Amino acid sequence: MSFMPYVPPEQLMKDRSEFAHKGIARGKSVVGLEYADGLLFIAENPSATLHKISEIYDRMAFAGVGKYSEFEELRIAGVRLADMRGYSYGREDVRARDLANAYSQALSAIFTQQMKPYEVEVLVGEVADDGVGRNEIYHVLFDGTVSDEHGFVAIGGHAEDLTAAVKGAYQEGWDLATAVREAVKALSSAEGREVSAAAIESGVLERSRPQRRKFRRLSDEEIAGILSA
Amino acid sequence: MTDRPSDLPLAQGGSLGANPSFFDLVAREHPELLQRVAGPSGEPLPFPHGTTVLGLKFEGGMVMAGDRRATEGYSIADDKMEKVFEADDYSAIAIAGAAGQAVEIVKLFQLELEHYEKITGDRLSLEGKANRLGQIIRGNFPLALQGLVVVPLFGGYDERRSEGRIFYYDATGGRWEEDDFHATGSGGRPAKSSLKKRWRPGLSREEAVRVAVEALLDASQEDIATGGPDPSRGIFPVVLVVGAAGVTRVADDDVRAAYESIVGEGA
Repeated sequence: MSFMPYVPPEQLMKDRSEFAHKGIARGKSVVGLEYADGLLFIAENPSATLHKISEIYDRMAFAGVGKYSEFEELRIAGVRLADMRGYSYGREDVRARDLANAYSQALSAIFTQQMKPYEVEVLVGEVADDGVGRNEIYHVLFDGTVSDEHGFVAIGGHAEDLTAAVKGAYQEGWDLATAVREAVKALSSAEGREVSAAAIESGVLERSRPQRRKFRRLSDEEIAGILSA
Repeated sequence: MTDRPSDLPLAQGGSLGANPSFFDLVAREHPELLQRVAGPSGEPLPFPHGTTVLGLKFEGGMVMAGDRRATEGYSIADDKMEKVFEADDYSAIAIAGAAGQAVEIVKLFQLELEHYEKITGDRLSLEGKANRLGQIIRGNFPLALQGLVVVPLFGGYDERRSEGRIFYYDATGGRWEEDDFHATGSGGRPAKSSLKKRWRPGLSREEAVRVAVEALLDASQEDIATGGPDPSRGIFPVVLVVGAAGVTRVADDDVRAAYESIVGEGA
């Protein structure tokens, strides 16, 4: 007959937390920041198809770091929640805060109840309506901790260095080109090497976009154009 | 309905891969929203009917158009109803039949395409969209038996073949592809006769819009349930053009111009 040795809850949480931290630290980073026309998400990602940054809903985007399979699962669940809610109620009733809370609940339950915690951190961004309200960025950790960020936020392997690098340069009201250049500069300095344009993944929530869906990916050519200008 | 944050549906267990269908998601999580319960048969309740819609191909894509009338028996229920919709960036859907049911199916279909695109990161092929619509219409079959018939027309720009394509359906979800043009609804027959005379391969965009407006005008003169353009109140048919650059709605002023040039020729 097998039995579980007693482990104090403090130790258990500490071990799980360390495990998740280590997993996330091995991965790449994402930076999300507010610029003049909305929100920019930018990451180093060698893959052109396995995205870290994605569309969730009309004015909402998602960014994840850590274990791909786990944040991809969260992304899909988020799209489902958002589409379902928009269908049952109205499109404007789909809000980033609700999704961030849902992620927080789910991750917190996984952290305490499952064999192993998720090794992920995610960002949920929502761009403000024209002239109404303000941009929102939520940062959700592997244990369900959620925080509300303003200006900029960095998550992932080199989050601390990246935060420091962005903090030194960040100014409100950057245009898109400046925001991309500065974010790439910060990524390069945090990684300690030049991050090439081809390895950049980026998506924006553009307030001035005429379509209902404000999310747009920046193409490799567009990023290369901005960086070489 | 129970849409609490804790309902976040994570993909645990189940079959391989994430199902990219919004329709299946609703059916699984909130089947009450798709209620297809057949009530007692008998005299059907009065409800609005959408009337004439049509689609035709042109050189760089396809045009879809519909009149603005909805009828309820011998009354006009609505003279400004829109029956032609953007399905996604490269396709359009038009509906004739039970208006309430049809609008719901359009909404579901639009979400089906958007949901697929977001989950998989790719747009469905035009063929895939057309098939999916057939399956959704088939789901409506119990209601069709009760008189709530919805017959859509679907068309779009096939990015793989670089051409416009048109599909039409019957109440059972049967799907056929049309080579040149198609019209359906109460004024579908006169509209089709008109298209038959005016349509030719290789129409330009402007010619195609004009042919569509003329066919709707002809239908409105033959069919009591089809609304003609009403310049005094500024009511004109909805005309969508789908081409390589996506879906665009033809401005009312351009539809008015097309109408006036047709009337000027004494059509």
